[in-house]
Amino acid sequence: MKRLKALLLTGVLAMSFAFGGCGGDTGAAGTTGSGDSGTTTTTTTTDTGSAGGTIKVGVVNNPPSESGYREANVKDMESVFSKENGYDLKTAYSLKNDEQLQAAQGFITEGVDYLLISAAETTGWDEVLKSAKEAGIKVYLFDRMIDVDESLYEAAVVSDMSAEGKTAVDWLLAQNLPEYKVIHIQGAMGSDAQIGRTGALDEQFASGKMTKVVQQTATWDEAEAKKIVESVINSGEDFNVIYAENDGMAKGAVAALDEHGITHGVDGKVIVMGFDCNKWALRELLAGKWNYDGQCSPFQAQIISDLIQGKTTASSKKIINEEKGFDAKELTQADIDTYGLGE
Amino acid sequence: MNNKIRSTFKGGLGQLTIPLIAIAILFLFNLIRDPGFFSIEITYNNDGNAVLAGNLISVINGASELAVLAMGMTLVTAACGGQDISVGAAAAIAGSAFVKVLKSGSAITGGTVILAFLCACIVAMLFASFNGTLVAVFRIQPMIATLILYTCGRSIAYWINGGATPTVDSPIIRAIGSFIPGVPIPTPVLIVVAVTILFMLIFHFTSLELFTQSVGINGSAARLNGINSTLIKLLSFIILGFCVAVAGIIGVSRLELINHETLLLDVEMDAILAVAIGGNNLGGGKFKIVGSIIGAYVIQILTITLYAMKVSSTDVKAYKAIVIVLLVVIGSPVIKAKFAKLMSQLKSNKQRVSMKGAE
Repeated sequence: MKRLKALLLTGVLAMSFAFGGCGGDTGAAGTTGSGDSGTTTTTTTTDTGSAGGTIKVGVVNNPPSESGYREANVKDMESVFSKENGYDLKTAYSLKNDEQLQAAQGFITEGVDYLLISAAETTGWDEVLKSAKEAGIKVYLFDRMIDVDESLYEAAVVSDMSAEGKTAVDWLLAQNLPEYKVIHIQGAMGSDAQIGRTGALDEQFASGKMTKVVQQTATWDEAEAKKIVESVINSGEDFNVIYAENDGMAKGAVAALDEHGITHGVDGKVIVMGFDCNKWALRELLAGKWNYDGQCSPFQAQIISDLIQGKTTASSKKIINEEKGFDAKELTQADIDTYGLGE
Repeated sequence: MNNKIRSTFKGGLGQLTIPLIAIAILFLFNLIRDPGFFSIEITYNNDGNAVLAGNLISVINGASELAVLAMGMTLVTAACGGQDISVGAAAAIAGSAFVKVLKSGSAITGGTVILAFLCACIVAMLFASFNGTLVAVFRIQPMIATLILYTCGRSIAYWINGGATPTVDSPIIRAIGSFIPGVPIPTPVLIVVAVTILFMLIFHFTSLELFTQSVGINGSAARLNGINSTLIKLLSFIILGFCVAVAGIIGVSRLELINHETLLLDVEMDAILAVAIGGNNLGGGKFKIVGSIIGAYVIQILTITLYAMKVSSTDVKAYKAIVIVLLVVIGSPVIKAKFAKLMSQLKSNKQRVSMKGAE
């Protein structure tokens, strides 16, 4: 009886660990994975028996539930590689590399024309990509690089996180403020997004063009960001820019400003900058309460589609996806609908 | 007369000595470091209301969630002799349920807020009774039993939110999270006061306090005396569930946003610490809710002080750990016993000296 109890308990524990274990990365607001990592879902959107002119595309991706970024990424793939655009799209989603490999192998056996991959891990892809090459299937990588020989894929469309930070800082410099006193709220230290978004601003601090009032990490935590800004306000120090490395932390910072009667946004005293371009954040921009929102673009499908259809040719194997940044003064509702993440 | 005052003072302070001394030291430290730390001023917030502002206000405001959780945690600790480590994850679930209900209607009115509050409470209490059943009925160690919800709670919140970080834009929610127009005191502070009064009333009109203590001290003896110890343990978890819902709602309302990954992250550790700093026995038994509330404010003063000193937030946790280790060690039975022995020795020495003098 005792042993049975112990067994049961271990079972429950093991299950609970499996639930909490996984996680994504990318720029999107620390919104990470969930429990449904165990299964690969493969769906076909059109029947293969239709017109011979359609291009068969197999997409191996992480599941949309991974993050707001991935959700937008998947949606983008589905809308660009649609039936109307002359594609026959097959998709497979998994957070696990081995399941992704199986799915890719499945697509090769099925005989797709193109294979698009955003890999869960950078290693282990040699064999699959070689067999794709033998079968005459062209491979494109998106979002994430894979550790294989360049000859095994046509091109990789990826983001450059440091370019994202630079775009934002360049925008800030273009505002021509007489002085820059910046509260810098960082994401989880060491994450790709944090390093990319911090780098460009650190350069400005080093050159003396901008003054660092405080530089603290809130590890993507909104409430922590609020505390950091509150402590600066309470100390009576002056500042005129808040550079938060994601939307949530910018919102936390703005809550502190609101409580202390400090104006912000387009006509306010303090410039508010965020990242990720969640729809709700862009609406804050549209209302003029924030000034800028940067984005690690999840939209690679159009670039790949253009390459496939020969509208453009890749100048190098690695194509850097252009990062977007929105100015509150130029933002339109249409931008929010097209580029905003989430709801 | 003098003796009487001294004895009541001694008896009344009891387990609160350590947390009160901690607060005094932190105040003194800040007074020396920067007297401006204590300045409180009246400013106008962006909605045009006159409100109080300053570090002290930040402390009592910021500690609200923690104080509410610490109250519930004290009860669970006292009854079960263990702690619930899933409160942060459960608060994320409650907060998600709260936002889900708010967003299901077309407009956010007082009615929908009350409905959402009730739903959040029910959801949190359900999860709490799951924990409570594991602990009270199946006699699983509380920390192991709540580990399950600790690990999967935020995933459940994720499912409720559909993977997004929904925002709620409503003056009512803003009033709950920051200030009610015309009231200069932050609303979360008022909520803490309300919950404290609720606890006091419950303890005054029921025998819950006594029953909880007797179950915590010796469950079998309590049962032999006709107390249903299973029910008391379960009840302590359900009350904690209510506290979790309140804390989650304060957290969500503050930011008008629910992020299941970050809402009240790591708060369980602070809540347990608040109970420990408050001088409560983590092995169950006697307890004082007030101690835990003071403990919560000690932790918050510490955090705000470190931020005011511009300590890097990555280092804040390390500094906090040092201070808390000191507090807990000083409050430990071993040190207390040593200290008491030392005191009595000094006293007897003194007596001997005075006796000699008399001779």
